[in-house]
Amino acid sequence: MNTGVIVFPGSNCDRDVAVALARAAGRPPVMVWHKETALPPLDLIVVPGGFSFGDYLRAGAIAAHSPVIRAVKDRAATGVPVLGICNGFQVLTECGLLPGVLMRNRDLRFICRDVDLRVDNAAWRFTAGYREGQVVRMPIAHNEGNYFADDATLDRLEGEGQVLFRYCTAEGVVNDAGNPNGSQRNIAGIINASRTVLGMMPHPERVADPDLGGTDGIAFFAGLMTALQ
Amino acid sequence: MIKARVHVGLKAGVLDPAGKAVEHSLHALGFAGVRGVRTAKSFELVLEETDAVKARAAVEAMCQQLLANTVIETYRIDLEG
Repeated sequence: MNTGVIVFPGSNCDRDVAVALARAAGRPPVMVWHKETALPPLDLIVVPGGFSFGDYLRAGAIAAHSPVIRAVKDRAATGVPVLGICNGFQVLTECGLLPGVLMRNRDLRFICRDVDLRVDNAAWRFTAGYREGQVVRMPIAHNEGNYFADDATLDRLEGEGQVLFRYCTAEGVVNDAGNPNGSQRNIAGIINASRTVLGMMPHPERVADPDLGGTDGIAFFAGLMTALQ
Repeated sequence: MIKARVHVGLKAGVLDPAGKAVEHSLHALGFAGVRGVRTAKSFELVLEETDAVKARAAVEAMCQQLLANTVIETYRIDLEG
């Protein structure tokens, strides 16, 4: 399994996700600098969390127009799976691989804490390690995680089963009390129409080691690797 | 040379929590008559172009591709000089 992690100035979860990928895939990922115009053969591309280009203009906006993202878009068009976590999700919406936008959190605060997520759809490879309706716990750490799209887009995402993760209470109830940042319809993670690109604000790579944070992310990476084989 | 000013604001209907916070703060300062605050961004561009029509078309493309996120934002372009 060949995986790759895109690295921008300001990325700060690239090494964390590299460790998680190395464990799940059996070999370390290729780290690809943002100035690269070509990618090696890859079975999975990860756009990691962080503050690419200092979040200048809008979170992810500058990274979305970097040379390597052009190559990522070309590869995504051929069906290679792409996973964007946190800032990576912001980059994927800004470059047009995913619909909608991540706006500033409802309460204007940077939020860094564990949240409960309901796995809304486990039918796709990105959630192959979970079962539908399962509640998993992962940290979020963002200032712009408030998912917004127009009603027609939201209806389409829900109707087509493209919402994979929703913020919820510890009991798994999707309501406003379980919504940390004001995201429309509690959306925490979505896939594109062809089911090859996932963007999510929570960090599975930060709960992929029993000694660090938690273990709910281990099944995420293990399930994904199995599904990709 | 043409100078372009680009005003980028949130679309009507898109929640602006920062604007709301400023509004509350203005009320707290005694400016009771404030009936709404929307935050916005402003850019000043200096262009080599001397033809206003071409300059506007170029800035329009810049707004579409980078300066604004048209999912949630609208923009207005003003040219000077």
